[in-house]
Amino acid sequence: MLAGILSSLPGAVSQGILWGIMALGVYITYKILDIADLTVDGSFATGGAVCAVCVLSGMNPLLSVLLAMLAGCVAGAVTGILHTVFDIPAILAGILTQLGLYSINLRIMGRSNTPLLKVETLFDKLSNLLPGLGSSYIAICIGVIAVVLVVVALYWFFGTEVGSEIRATGNNEAMVKALGGNTRLMKAFGLAISNGLVALSGALVCQSQGYADVTSGQGAIVMGLAAIVIGNVLMGWGKAFGTKMVSAIVGSIIYRIIIAVVMQTGFVDTQDTKLFSALLVAVALAVPVMVERHRNKPKREE
Amino acid sequence: MMLELKNVKKTFNRGTINEKKALEGIDLQMNPGDFITVIGGNGAGKSTMLNMIAGVYPVDSGAIVIDGKNVTRQPDYKRAAYLGRVFQDPMMGTAADMEIQENLAMAYRRGKRRGLKWGISKKEKEIYHETLKMLDLGLEERMTSKVGLLSGGQRQALTLLMATLQQPRVLLLDEHTAALDPKTGAKVLDLTRELVEKNQLTTLMITHNMKDAIRLGNRLIMMHEGRIIYDVAGQEKQKLKVADLLGKFEEASGGEFANDRMILS
Repeated sequence: MLAGILSSLPGAVSQGILWGIMALGVYITYKILDIADLTVDGSFATGGAVCAVCVLSGMNPLLSVLLAMLAGCVAGAVTGILHTVFDIPAILAGILTQLGLYSINLRIMGRSNTPLLKVETLFDKLSNLLPGLGSSYIAICIGVIAVVLVVVALYWFFGTEVGSEIRATGNNEAMVKALGGNTRLMKAFGLAISNGLVALSGALVCQSQGYADVTSGQGAIVMGLAAIVIGNVLMGWGKAFGTKMVSAIVGSIIYRIIIAVVMQTGFVDTQDTKLFSALLVAVALAVPVMVERHRNKPKREE
Repeated sequence: MMLELKNVKKTFNRGTINEKKALEGIDLQMNPGDFITVIGGNGAGKSTMLNMIAGVYPVDSGAIVIDGKNVTRQPDYKRAAYLGRVFQDPMMGTAADMEIQENLAMAYRRGKRRGLKWGISKKEKEIYHETLKMLDLGLEERMTSKVGLLSGGQRQALTLLMATLQQPRVLLLDEHTAALDPKTGAKVLDLTRELVEKNQLTTLMITHNMKDAIRLGNRLIMMHEGRIIYDVAGQEKQKLKVADLLGKFEEASGGEFANDRMILS
């Protein structure tokens, strides 16, 4: 069993890194903007769908990824407009976009599953450059490069004037308005960036797996939250923005390792992974609350 | 004229059982440098008036003109270019999870376009360091601390500083010391006077404390049931006594205006 666990580790780590970019997107909405955005499940699949169709049409795989990211931004902007212009509650706005995206993703691909046959993905290209390296290690390489680029870009962006305003909007809307900030625009903007990252992750996962699937994003939001929660448990000491972002990635990797280990033990079947994920997140969210409640309980007088 | 309200009216929940006529035709003119204190009972429309000026809700009718610009139809975040605001709740004026200097940097950009420049420059930090010294709270040595670590009084002092960092056309203070303990409240009030005098700010301050209302500012207005029922300035205001104001209140409300909070303060 141990050998099985060890051999499954590189794959788990690579998946954790690639899905970690999605977790960063969720971090922007859930933690920075204080919005639970359910667009994610749809925009993740959109990223994959757009990327697959572009690559198959002969487009450069890197350019395809960027285009997929753009599509994700548009999806996020739609949720943003539903939420800020029409005052639809954020959760419902996200669900509406997510539902609509399912049909759109089918339209983009023309079918529910698109294999990337006879085309060269980013991962194939690197594999040709570094022959002898296993596919998981290739995925880890590309994932690390992508994560570093994204983290640096986000670190810069959230330090700028606009970035600060988005952070403040999630923190105290009344204050931002009083200081002349357009909080509606900031929320829509944040949602667009977040879903752009989610789609980027979807595109990379699509290329690493060699296919795009319309259901690939199912439960993505839960995995994103799991990554954030696990990251917070492990690296909660870090208050700096950079540390927070790294903790989401680390959380995503640990989450994948946990799933891989649990699968190897044989207690959990493949079809039960979603239930397991949901329970994992529910427990991880509930434990701090219960601990806090227990701590605040008034002591009984003797 | 720095601020002009022309027959501003506002009714909340119109046509429902909860209908509340909050403002029934407010006319107010403020000259540059005027410091008006606003008093009145609960539900008199004081906060509503300030919120209408700030654009939190749209007016039903009437007009609001700030420094010659008709802002009646502008949303709150656009009017913010002209206004400095401090709320009653010390938590409302600052972003708790952001650094002291980051909060100041956002206030420094009030009414300006935000771009992709770095959110805070080195030169600014020096300005903030100097400005914070004025508070005498030692915050200038904690500029990278998160605002959430500060006490209510410290946060309110910071909010006041932020509201005046970019000279506002009008400073709106909505019972900004009411949630503080008396000693801290007095300190924040001293700071208010200092800032207003130093920058010659046109100021509208709501207070529940009648002594403060008389002591501070050059003009005093009393509101009752959505109207300004008393407006006094200059010498006449300086000579006012708390008893005079109580008399006015009773006169306006038919003698039943024995609000404990008023008498005690």
